[in-house]
Amino acid sequence: MGHELLQTFLATITDVLPIALIIVGFQSLVIRRPIANLRRVGLGFLYVLVGLAFFLQGLEMALFPIGKLMAQQLTAPEFIMGLQQTSEAMKELDWSQYLWVYAFALAIGFSTTIAEPSLLAVALKAHQVSGGVIGVWGLRIAVAIGVAIGITLGTYRIITGTPLHWYIIAGYAIVIVQTLFAPRMIIPLAYDSGGVTTSTVTVPLVAALGLGLASTVPGRNPVFDGFGLIAFASLFPIISVMAYAQISAWWAKPQ
Amino acid sequence: MLKVFLKSLQGSFYDLLPIILVIGFFQLAVLQQPIPNLLEILTGSFFVLIGLTLFVQGLEMGLFPIGESLAFAFAKKGSLTWLLIFAFALGFGTTVAEPALIAVANEAAKVAAEGNVIDTTDQARTDYALGLRLTVAFSVGFAIVIGVLRIVRGWPVQYLIIGGYLGVIVMTLFAPPEIIGIAYDSGGVTTSTITVPLVTALGVGLASSIRGRNPMVDGFGLIAFASLTPMIFVMAYGMIR
Repeated sequence: MGHELLQTFLATITDVLPIALIIVGFQSLVIRRPIANLRRVGLGFLYVLVGLAFFLQGLEMALFPIGKLMAQQLTAPEFIMGLQQTSEAMKELDWSQYLWVYAFALAIGFSTTIAEPSLLAVALKAHQVSGGVIGVWGLRIAVAIGVAIGITLGTYRIITGTPLHWYIIAGYAIVIVQTLFAPRMIIPLAYDSGGVTTSTVTVPLVAALGLGLASTVPGRNPVFDGFGLIAFASLFPIISVMAYAQISAWWAKPQ
Repeated sequence: MLKVFLKSLQGSFYDLLPIILVIGFFQLAVLQQPIPNLLEILTGSFFVLIGLTLFVQGLEMGLFPIGESLAFAFAKKGSLTWLLIFAFALGFGTTVAEPALIAVANEAAKVAAEGNVIDTTDQARTDYALGLRLTVAFSVGFAIVIGVLRIVRGWPVQYLIIGGYLGVIVMTLFAPPEIIGIAYDSGGVTTSTITVPLVTALGVGLASSIRGRNPMVDGFGLIAFASLTPMIFVMAYGMIR
């Protein structure tokens, strides 16, 4: 266990090294001024490194094995059909029989997003910059609802086998219309929240769900249909964050 | 000091509570199975808790200040060229070594080989994966450059983003079908847990140090560019191959 933690720590260092090199290089060659509070910043970087190593190793130990197993079991034919399933019966499965899969997609999309460290970072910054108008939890919950809806719709797409780009193009159309009406202040933040949702915690579990589903549903190819869930998870938070701002603005307006 | 740490630990616990509840409910009530390796799961959860707490501390002490101080330093220096070179280096450098991207690129090479797009030799697959990684890294570098230029010039974000979406839609019509899913996903994997706070702090710092820019309206948006351009560039890569 100590060995694995060390390995994760080394991997995190490899991840940070290019960033550190670029910063140090530009700081010393182009800006040519020492970094302010160097010791504090250095300590902060160390905290980030050690913290991420523990975080990733902990996910690897606690969450990913059980979460991935759960995704496989929930998408397994035995679970969806009961015990007496045959390949003939599988073909007759209607999309509505995957109810627990949808419930899992919804719940796991929401809960992993709340735990996502990069979203937390953006929410903290947005709270600070907006002078407290945007709440840390308000933003995170809005994003998490978006991811939850996105992943659920994504599983529906895999089950029904409808083409990915229809959904994505329709989603973009909604985003464009919302952009015209949403408060101007929220727009860049809403666009950003699409990109931050899908990192450390969400991606492995969602990928396991997509692959499990694509190999269970007859007529789906895991290699081709397993992709695409992440795209849903990055598109729908944009919609939900703008909706959150629109609803708040509408609420605040005197009747 | 200890009190602050404990409070922060409590905050991290609330962040993780939803996952614990969801996993617990599905395991016990829906699948009706006991929780396996309880000890390992408890240790792992403790690691996650400590890790998240340390990360948040480090964020406020290291990543946010360095991003902002770089932005201020470049704004003071007044050289747009160096700022843009830095922006490109940051986008390219942080993406090319990103483990999630390496995983997706290898997966994509496998898909391409199975779909007879490239030869099924190891050499062809390695080349394809490397080409894809460089394409994505280049597109993120390009995205940060455009995003920084936007902050400096004060262009409204929505025209650029909507233009980008239209680009994605047009490319989707012409790109080979097997690359589309990968292209859409590659937009999501580019922004890592360390890049996001750094780039956000850079954008907000730039917008606060340039007169006439509002950090809320102009400071955010860099991440959005970084998740958009890879889709277009990866589809182009699929068309050229």
